[in-house]
Amino acid sequence: MFIRSIRAAVSAALVVAMAAGCGGVGSSGKESGNATVTLTMMGFGTGDEVAKTRFDAANAAIAPSSAKASEGSFSAQQFLSAVASGSPPDLVYMERRLLGTYAVKKAILPLTDCVEREKIDLGQFRPAAVTEATLGGTLYGLPEFYNNRVLMINDTAFAETGLDPAAFSTADWPALTAAARKLTAMRGGKLSRIGFDPKIPEFLPMWARANGGSLVSADGRTAQLTDPKVVEALTFTVALINAQGGWATFKSFRDSFDFFGAKNQFATNQLGAFPMEDFYLSVLGESSPDVKLTVAPFRGVDGQPVDWITGNAWAIPAKSAHPAQACKWIKTMTDTASWIAAAKARAAARQAEGAPFTGLFTGNIRADEVIFRDVVKPTGHAGFDAAVQTVRQTQEAGFSEPALAAGEEFKAAWQDAVNRVLAGEQQPAEALAQAQQQAQAALDKANSGS
Amino acid sequence: MTVRRRETWAAYGFLSPWIVGFLVFLAGPMVASLVLSFTDYDVLTSTAFVGGENYRMLLADPKVRTSLANTMFYTVLHVPLTMAVALGLAMLLARAGRRSAGFFRTIFYLPTITPKVAVGVLFLLLFNGQIGLINEMLGWVGINGPDWTSDGPWIKPGLVLMSAWSLGSTVIIYLAALQNVPRDLYEAAEMDGASPWARFRAVTVPMISGALFFTLIINTISSLQTFDEVYTAFFGSANQQTYGNDAALFYVIYLFQQAFQFLHMGYASALAWLLFLIIVLITLVQVRLSRRFVYYESE
Repeated sequence: MFIRSIRAAVSAALVVAMAAGCGGVGSSGKESGNATVTLTMMGFGTGDEVAKTRFDAANAAIAPSSAKASEGSFSAQQFLSAVASGSPPDLVYMERRLLGTYAVKKAILPLTDCVEREKIDLGQFRPAAVTEATLGGTLYGLPEFYNNRVLMINDTAFAETGLDPAAFSTADWPALTAAARKLTAMRGGKLSRIGFDPKIPEFLPMWARANGGSLVSADGRTAQLTDPKVVEALTFTVALINAQGGWATFKSFRDSFDFFGAKNQFATNQLGAFPMEDFYLSVLGESSPDVKLTVAPFRGVDGQPVDWITGNAWAIPAKSAHPAQACKWIKTMTDTASWIAAAKARAAARQAEGAPFTGLFTGNIRADEVIFRDVVKPTGHAGFDAAVQTVRQTQEAGFSEPALAAGEEFKAAWQDAVNRVLAGEQQPAEALAQAQQQAQAALDKANSGS
Repeated sequence: MTVRRRETWAAYGFLSPWIVGFLVFLAGPMVASLVLSFTDYDVLTSTAFVGGENYRMLLADPKVRTSLANTMFYTVLHVPLTMAVALGLAMLLARAGRRSAGFFRTIFYLPTITPKVAVGVLFLLLFNGQIGLINEMLGWVGINGPDWTSDGPWIKPGLVLMSAWSLGSTVIIYLAALQNVPRDLYEAAEMDGASPWARFRAVTVPMISGALFFTLIINTISSLQTFDEVYTAFFGSANQQTYGNDAALFYVIYLFQQAFQFLHMGYASALAWLLFLIIVLITLVQVRLSRRFVYYESE
């Protein structure tokens, strides 16, 4: 069935390519400035008050024109089909790490003109978020959320095992292993609590950074997967999992968590601690507000906080029929006033539910200042209030991976390597050496066209 | 215009929806993908002719070997298991009373209309090594079940077991074939003193060999193209892709990743054609062998 779909897609692409050769596609890029239009988009839905409030504000900014929300997250298949058939959306919302791939293929527009024309103040955005959306010195997306990664500690598990959450740190790796062993619990021969989940493969970039290494060079052109610091980080984190029962058992048990529900791993005491994105505070606040929780910065071996940040961005496809309107729309979507209005809406919704509001962590520095000064109030839950302050302090130490011309292939190469090690198929150095070759080949090929 | 000619044109008229559909949605894209398999093509930038480079690359790609081996392993286990279980169920249904046979036929067929995406999710729940129902049941008889969904060597056997969930179509085909076996053949065999096993081997199997052969071909092709349920279970979300296990990397999943995750449409087209050739080859072997084992009444 999917082979048929692929064949259909490539066929459509051929037809478009032939039409383009006859000058039939891409010649209608001019936009009449005052026309009332409906912007189309991909990858964004208005499912919650934060999205809806900003969406309405952005629509008001381009009235009488408007944008029509889509459903579901960004799908490369959907986007490619739209581009191939000559009808790309006017706006696309995707992970910032994907921007480089589409930028190098000229599928999305540089925002240089947009920023200049709309006088968008780039100083309002956090530098790490802008870095992630910038390829070769050119900005390709306006950043949205700023997903921080911090350490979340289950106080109940720590109390049971006589460990002090305040003294728990990822800086001392031997001590971390000892704590993980102590926190791990078995019942009836089965795992009943994971002591510490390092969250690899996905958090390997943060472990590498914590160890003084990096998966890729600052310019995003050279893979550094065989850096001894990276190999050491992978070796340690895999050993940490093996010390808690091994990958197969560890993953099966973790897959059984009610991650977003009231019986989540903190509420049911199934996890000691893990590094996690800040959005999970909001999940816990809503699903189990009485959970005993300590949040601390994730620390490198030098004791300094390390906060790997990621998030989404708004971009404009190269053949958008209305790039000027789209630019104006994304400006409003990411500006300070829209974020503040969205935070107020979220706070009101939380208050109506009787759940704590833990704030919004956005890519907009000025919005964050106002939100945490004027909108976020003490929740009455000391753990959540302290957690919010910790994330606020940690985000100043945020780092991001640079935009890559072959982001998906690079990520797949190192994640596959980690999975091979976890499955016991390869040793860390061997797996990362294989990944290095694959990743560098992909980067070289993609960059050769830029 | 003669009546015959008018009828011929009418026949083509009635056939035209299928002919147009075949040309536009199957033959056209197939030719296009064959052309693309000799190019470097990513949909977004211009196409470059690369000759046989994509085919050379796939011969050297370790993931092609891994995904092909996974797919073959699954097919070799899944097809005989499905056929054996389906035949057993069909024989039970053939013996059941008319009303109860209708009821069980519906029950057996229901999973077939369950979306494969749902089957993938169900697999993760039922086969979870720590809390899944399968290991819970194995525990009742003192067996400590494996981590079916996360331990590499157990992933494919788990998927094979799960695939038995949707054998309703094969059961229905076998049931229809069994009901067409003339009763007098069984009566003659019984009069000759043939045991139930001998009747099954010498009467039932030859008389339904056409149906067995048909399901062998269809199930083999569909196994080699397995995608939906495995993709949903192991690669469907960003989180699952992160933890993707090579043991669950089936050929069409790898093809899909190359096309829509990495935008290597030319390479993915070459992968599609390799699979097409493998399927043609296997089918030809099966057809050849069928001449020795399949009995057609008209012969």
